[in-house]
Amino acid sequence: MNETQSLQKVSAQKGSSQVRAKAPVLKTIALAGNPNCGKTALFNAITGGRAKVGNYPGVTVERKEGRVRTPSGVELRIVDLPGTYSLDAKTPDEIITRDVLFGVDERVEKSPDLLIAVADATQLERNLGLVLELRKLGRPIVLALNMMDIAEQRGLDLDLEVLSQELGVPIVPTVAPKQQGVSALLLAVEKKLDDEALAIPVAIFQSTPDEIRNRFSEVDRILNLATRKKSSPTVWTDRLDRIVLHPVWGSLILFCVFGLMFQTIFNWAEIPKEWIESQVQGLGQLVDQLMAPGPLKSLLTDGVISGVGSVIVFLPQISLLFLFILFLEDCGYMPRAAFLMDKWMGKVGLHGRAFIPLLSSFACAVPGIMATRTIENRRDRLTTILVAPLMTCSARLPVYSMLIAAFIPNREVIGPFRLQGLVMFGLYLAGIFAALGVAMLLRSTVFKGPKPMLLMELPTYKWPDAKSIALGLFERARLFVARAGTVILSISILLWFLSSYPRPPQGAVEPAISYSYAGKIGQGLEPLVKPIGFNWKIAVALIPSFAAREVMVGSLATVYAVGDQKEGATELLGDRLARDWSLATALSLLVWYILACQCLSTLAVTRRETNSWRWPAVMLIYMTTLAYLGSFVTYQLAMYLGWG
Amino acid sequence: MKTTRLGQLEVGQKGRIVRVGSDADSPDWVQRLMALGFLEGSVAEVVHQAPFGGDPVAVRVRGTLLALRRQEANAVEVVQYE
Repeated sequence: MNETQSLQKVSAQKGSSQVRAKAPVLKTIALAGNPNCGKTALFNAITGGRAKVGNYPGVTVERKEGRVRTPSGVELRIVDLPGTYSLDAKTPDEIITRDVLFGVDERVEKSPDLLIAVADATQLERNLGLVLELRKLGRPIVLALNMMDIAEQRGLDLDLEVLSQELGVPIVPTVAPKQQGVSALLLAVEKKLDDEALAIPVAIFQSTPDEIRNRFSEVDRILNLATRKKSSPTVWTDRLDRIVLHPVWGSLILFCVFGLMFQTIFNWAEIPKEWIESQVQGLGQLVDQLMAPGPLKSLLTDGVISGVGSVIVFLPQISLLFLFILFLEDCGYMPRAAFLMDKWMGKVGLHGRAFIPLLSSFACAVPGIMATRTIENRRDRLTTILVAPLMTCSARLPVYSMLIAAFIPNREVIGPFRLQGLVMFGLYLAGIFAALGVAMLLRSTVFKGPKPMLLMELPTYKWPDAKSIALGLFERARLFVARAGTVILSISILLWFLSSYPRPPQGAVEPAISYSYAGKIGQGLEPLVKPIGFNWKIAVALIPSFAAREVMVGSLATVYAVGDQKEGATELLGDRLARDWSLATALSLLVWYILACQCLSTLAVTRRETNSWRWPAVMLIYMTTLAYLGSFVTYQLAMYLGWG
Repeated sequence: MKTTRLGQLEVGQKGRIVRVGSDADSPDWVQRLMALGFLEGSVAEVVHQAPFGGDPVAVRVRGTLLALRRQEANAVEVVQYE
């Protein structure tokens, strides 16, 4: 921001505060704090969870905004900023936080009128460093001492008056998950806004090592004055870590946590899944009985209900998967998993921290790729981005579970583990090995360079905030359903049209679909997919699934429903496929799904994160090649074994 | 006063930090270490180590637990407590 603009801004603010009684100006309050200080839980407590989640333009750093009314009725805009340890920003998300705090670009984010500095009361020795740094911004600040209940349980006794005096900011103790201190915080914000409505913009500054030393000596001095009784160190985190980070037990737990995750996703989700399946079937039968035969009925049963219905049944599985991931993230286990895996990640040339984006990619590669912004080095970041879509994302789950249910017998193997669950686990493992293998290849060729540094906080374990998890889960489930209702619905209708027209000629012997446009396209592609064991119906269904993987289930359902008139829309897709395909074909398609890049959103987010079309192009080409080769080998091998 | 490198401590050993970063370390890295709490005068304790070779380690400093590799922890010089 240049000086004229800054001056204009200051005078504009002055003006607005004078006429506020007539036309209230919406004030912007930004939440800033260290990572893991409970900032997002506090944001949810303040805004009641009604937040708009979006992205900052140009970069995909998640941006959260909410509204709140103070006790006296003033409306405020609350913005949650990515956590940072310091204003000396290094990673892309720290740069966003810094730029918003300094008010660098008003078009990206209105510079905040007031900051709520959030500090973890159990870790003031480090958290207050950022508070002192924020003070230099010249903006009004209110300090929220979060997690105050845990700090007090550990025996911390603070003189808040002294602390407030020494820091020069009002202080409000808060316990975000219990909503404690939220109204007091809003009162303090309101008061502060009335007292000093004027922010003087400062230019971006960097701290020298001496300045950092002085800042923390100041923290120590203030804490010495304000602490009546020190808190005892955390006992539970230490005890748990002695097991969780133990060389033997820790590795075993890591393996069991993720093994169990896939087992439960497969078994627990069965009941709600079957219920939804029966509803979809019931709806199909109802339409079948009520409507006279004709194109409209065919569109509804074969196109809409088959297509969208077969995708929506996977909502329980996807919700369970996200529940696991959100839970593990929120309770503090994820960085521990990264700690245990660092040695292995290092072997393939990746950062231990790359483990977290890769783990999130189990849910979806889009947030996974976004999570790579915590990786400083460009080579490491690009490697992680390029291999992230090989991790088995939730959109593959519908295809995997449908094929496994249709082709793999559900025998007991050992204890609670059944063959279907184990095959699922195996598919996930295959994705991991593919990702690590490609990463190793990239790091020893195009992205050759020194091993990246690792410096990562292992936060105190905490019981996850139910509200934050529920909100996160709801958002993911909503997106999935919205996609089924838009993308998948339109693709299902389009595919129904392509597979129904033109009508077969009089006296045709083949099924109607072979005469349609889709039939023609599929038959044209057949020579290309024949070596990997796919028939022309798979080829037709595969084309739209390049937009999004889970579309495959819907498009297969549509193609088979239209192609198989005598059975109608009531037969389950899995049963149809089990009749029509060989095991070799099913295995080949599974391998295709492990490796292929079939997701427009992933390509789009890669384009945005790398700011170039080159990397999404590289991603699409290498993954498709890999998938074709993998499927080819699998199919030929399976045929050789006599599974044709 | 005999100093040693943080990366050379065993699990359970601790020391008072006397120096963070040498000329060999990049200024960015030193700044990062300091922002996370590795500061002269603070106490650093190696609390855990990862499987397969004991690397990386988890170090407690200024009330937080931080994971870093032994080689990188060597940027921190400590006077070991007996």
